[in-house]
Amino acid sequence: MPKRVGIEVSLAASEAACAVDSDVIAAYPITPQTHIVEHLSELVADGKLDAEFIPVESEHSAMSVCIGSSAVGARTFTASSAQGLALMHEILFIAPALRTPIVMAVVNRAMSGPISIWNDHSDIMAERDVGWIQTFAENGQEVFDLIIHAFRVAEDPKVLLPVMVNLDGFTLSHVIEPIEMLNAREVRRYIKPYKPQMVLDPKHPVTMGAVGVPEVYTEAKQQIESVLRASKKVVVSAWKEFARLYGRTYRPIETYRTKGAEVVLMTMGSVSETAMTAVDKMRDKEIAVGLMRFRLWRPFPLEEFRRAVKGVKVLAVLDRAISYGAQGGPVFMEVRSALYGQAGQPNISGFVAGLGGRDITTDMFEEMVKKAIRYAKKGKGPTYELIGVREK
Amino acid sequence: MLCSKRISKLNREGVKRLAKVDAITGWRNLEIGCAIIEPGSSRKLRTGDWRSQRPVTDRDKCIKCGMCWIYCPDMVYLPLRSGYFKWDENYCKGCGICANECPEDAISMVMEGD
Repeated sequence: MPKRVGIEVSLAASEAACAVDSDVIAAYPITPQTHIVEHLSELVADGKLDAEFIPVESEHSAMSVCIGSSAVGARTFTASSAQGLALMHEILFIAPALRTPIVMAVVNRAMSGPISIWNDHSDIMAERDVGWIQTFAENGQEVFDLIIHAFRVAEDPKVLLPVMVNLDGFTLSHVIEPIEMLNAREVRRYIKPYKPQMVLDPKHPVTMGAVGVPEVYTEAKQQIESVLRASKKVVVSAWKEFARLYGRTYRPIETYRTKGAEVVLMTMGSVSETAMTAVDKMRDKEIAVGLMRFRLWRPFPLEEFRRAVKGVKVLAVLDRAISYGAQGGPVFMEVRSALYGQAGQPNISGFVAGLGGRDITTDMFEEMVKKAIRYAKKGKGPTYELIGVREK
Repeated sequence: MLCSKRISKLNREGVKRLAKVDAITGWRNLEIGCAIIEPGSSRKLRTGDWRSQRPVTDRDKCIKCGMCWIYCPDMVYLPLRSGYFKWDENYCKGCGICANECPEDAISMVMEGD
């Protein structure tokens, strides 16, 4: 078995991109993603990774270069955060449209303003609809594993879509954790050489990114939609294969102590580990509470979610992004929509917390659970509310 | 008239038929990422089907200067051995540039369907 080493999670992310033998890295540094890019440039400069490291002048260019390099058949990796991710926005749509299997680590950070370098999910939730596969890590080991998994899924001939692996800024990216690092030889059992299905090659010219006239645009969208939906199978089977080879199991919806739970908390990302502690504390107080986490966010794991939520009477959904003027946070709205019209659907309350790096404590999770129970008993409550806002 | 009514009618039917067969296809037939793997395939998209006006050349006025051929942005005009120019209904969008540029005012734009 591979050795466990103490390593900063950002560096582990870079090592994952190195272990799969990436060909091209095009990135622009931005806090808190910086260490990933810095370490990759070191790996290339030191000759440990045989790749082109392309330092670009902006994230817009970074994603454009990534699409170009992926289109010529190069295994491509990048990373970004918040404002940087937002600057990529228009290009993000193009990567799945051209079916370029880029892998990107998104180090989640709050969007300005006010300017914040700290963690929440407002950056990724603004990119929800760009057509990328999106997974969320809870700890350093998962960051490493999910990046390796991302390459396997992205480059599958049945998928050929880009993948974003989300990790929380600072709370994950800048901590040192014990991580089982797979080396290139071990990873080769899982990641095969990339065989592009459509490639820019002067010997066999093709056009990528031509105009989509009204007669073809809808059909082009249908292709992406179908492939993204169908990718769930590959995502899941690639996790199964990962478990078989390396012994760590991942699922689209992860559950914790949901057996016999009447109330279930829903979270994503690193705060889920705090939520587990909160669940343990509440279970000690005889509150029948469990936890569900989205590991896979796009494509939305509808069947898995509905199965997991069966029998649950109260759902407390945590959003780490605010959707101004909407009916709740993005996760809450999606969860409620997924359960609409289902027999015995639970009473759902939405909570927004942990914005711009504000800590979410176990007490806050307890507050959410208690409020969700109270609203369910009363039969009414606010559709959603911010937790921990100071009134004075 | 260069284009006899009969040819014109055939072309109009052809526009519908070819558009259906060549460019209008189900999403499953699209290449990966909507890539175009055949050079010059834009010929298959018969853009002439949304034209509202068509150019008509009066050969009595035409001096065979070829200005229509030069100025046409879609390269719709083709030189004939006789020195005149004929236009391809499949691609003409009816922009009227040929009529505007013709130094002898030999080309007039006529409403489709008239």
